Amino acid sequence: MSEMTYRDALNLALKEELRRDPSVLVWGEDVALYEGSFKVTRGLLAEFGEERVKDTPISENTIIGVAIGAAMGGLRPVAELMTVNFALLAMDQLINHMAKIRSMFGGQTNLPMVVRMPGGGGSQLAAQHSQSLESYFMHCPGMRVVYPATPADAKGLLKTAIRDPNPVVFLEHELLYNSKGEVPDDPEFLLPFGKANVLREGTAVTIVAYARMAILAQQAAAVLEKEGISCEIVDLRTLNPLDTPTFINSVRKTGRAVVVEECWRTAGLGGDIAHRIHEACFDTLLAPVRRVAGLDVPMPYSRAIEKLCIPSSESIANAVREVLAARY
Amino acid sequence: METKLRAILPDHELVKLFEQMVLSREFEESCAEQYTKGHITGFLHLYSGQEAVAVGATAALHKDDYILSAYREHAQAIVRGADPKRVMAELFGKATGLCKGKGGSMHLFSPEINFMGGYAIVGGQLPIACGLAFSAKYRHEDRITACFFGDGAVNQGTFHESLNWARLWELPVLFVCENNFYGIGTEVHRSSALPTLHKRTCGYDIPSEKVDGMDVIAVYKAIKYAAEKVRESGKPQFIEAITYRFRGHSMADPAKYRSAAEHEIWKARDPLPNYAKRLLAEEITTEAELDTIRKRCTAIVEEAVKFAEESPWPEEQEVWEDIYV
Repeated sequence: MSEMTYRDALNLALKEELRRDPSVLVWGEDVALYEGSFKVTRGLLAEFGEERVKDTPISENTIIGVAIGAAMGGLRPVAELMTVNFALLAMDQLINHMAKIRSMFGGQTNLPMVVRMPGGGGSQLAAQHSQSLESYFMHCPGMRVVYPATPADAKGLLKTAIRDPNPVVFLEHELLYNSKGEVPDDPEFLLPFGKANVLREGTAVTIVAYARMAILAQQAAAVLEKEGISCEIVDLRTLNPLDTPTFINSVRKTGRAVVVEECWRTAGLGGDIAHRIHEACFDTLLAPVRRVAGLDVPMPYSRAIEKLCIPSSESIANAVREVLAARY
Repeated sequence: METKLRAILPDHELVKLFEQMVLSREFEESCAEQYTKGHITGFLHLYSGQEAVAVGATAALHKDDYILSAYREHAQAIVRGADPKRVMAELFGKATGLCKGKGGSMHLFSPEINFMGGYAIVGGQLPIACGLAFSAKYRHEDRITACFFGDGAVNQGTFHESLNWARLWELPVLFVCENNFYGIGTEVHRSSALPTLHKRTCGYDIPSEKVDGMDVIAVYKAIKYAAEKVRESGKPQFIEAITYRFRGHSMADPAKYRSAAEHEIWKARDPLPNYAKRLLAEEITTEAELDTIRKRCTAIVEEAVKFAEESPWPEEQEVWEDIYV
């Protein structure tokens, strides 16, 4: 184990996989010479050269399309979109092509590719650079969707993503890049997709979250513990495949659930998860499932009002208190 | 003075070009009939009139070269070597189809013959072609990627992004624009500020040529030359083939935006009878042999329809298959 940041854990995963497999390549805007907008690709050009670590034009749709073709040709490209917001320029290649090709061609090909996308709000980057689009990707069949919360998960899930035979949308939270944690040194440390992580065991309520929301849930749980409230936290890790049994089993045990998502509340993934809980646990639920979500507004710039738009440890703690006070 | 055919290809290959054009035409006209009978459903875009492009180009490419196309691609796949029976079964939505009935008319795909797909979002295949070309270059394979698209694609962002990218990364791609003058019902001069489409490549430093897409030999020679340039230089080339579709955009389109007079001018340039005349004039074949070929193609297509009709539908559990590995 070594202590490192989420950023360095991702960087290590990329380096290990580039060393292991010559068919792995990295490309994106400013990933090579500039070493990435968030420096996740630091040192890659120096170690692996411009044949494998490549800067691209600012052509998001084609960044993805070229990766699709390269994957179809047998390579394992890891494409970076500078932020998830720019993925909207690439939705044609992501949704109409990447997610469809295996199925519409009758299973005759597969696309072993990863699309890395930093995202999330909270840095006063205003409406066009603060979005959380995980529900968009989770909604579409044909691709895996991963969103790690911790440095160890960042490493283990990115390595799995690179080795996975399916296309993977790999989301990274911009506010987690500097977070630190213990990360296994083993170059074969791989975390399976579709296995949620019980970050904390508890008895009174289950908090279902992912990525930065899971970290905020831990902070909330620490505060609530002092009030005598025991929270269990399920970090989903992967949104597709979704590990439904783990959060269902947890809610069956606790009888109460709070679902936390950073994306907009309306038609957000938390609604789907809450519905799954209601369907599977209706007979044992002690209170209706609560949702904590981003406000349904384009993100404002000013930090005085931006913070109102994103779930916080306080809003999660309040939701837990409310769900404990509520009764069917 | 036109070059004699025998100076370009041996007799049997010259005759084969005719046969492939006839097979393509017969296949498409049979598709139209099967559509009216309700055996083929969904969208159906027919290639009748454009045969010289697919046939001339495919003959000029190597078997290892990748080919990608848009959604008017039945002939591209068949000429490349896809079994007409399995293509027809795909159009019928049957389990024996090239893509198990999951793709349909617009999404033929057959990696065994390096036919890397029909794509139905205009311009969507251009970046993918660049990626395939990159994979070949990265692995030092001796293959180029030929990417076919229509005149409508040149106004998509992917066209400009891909041309820029292919030149920048020096990718072995041959871009082939099949200009049939209409993006559904909108004529090129109503959609493109510069209707001489091949001239657009100057912005990306990619050499380009225009060719008569109604003349299979002209297409063959132009593609052969450009493909060899791509192979030698490792850099992209661009061909604009001027052609015409004899039918509407799809079976749902009566093509009322085109005049009868215009249609007649292009019918007179039909690549099939004109090439047949040339083969006969240069005594490469006989009328009797051409008749035999026509009959053989009719029989192949009839057999394909019979195969498709008799094939089973996909099983219900197939709906969950082939999405993830």
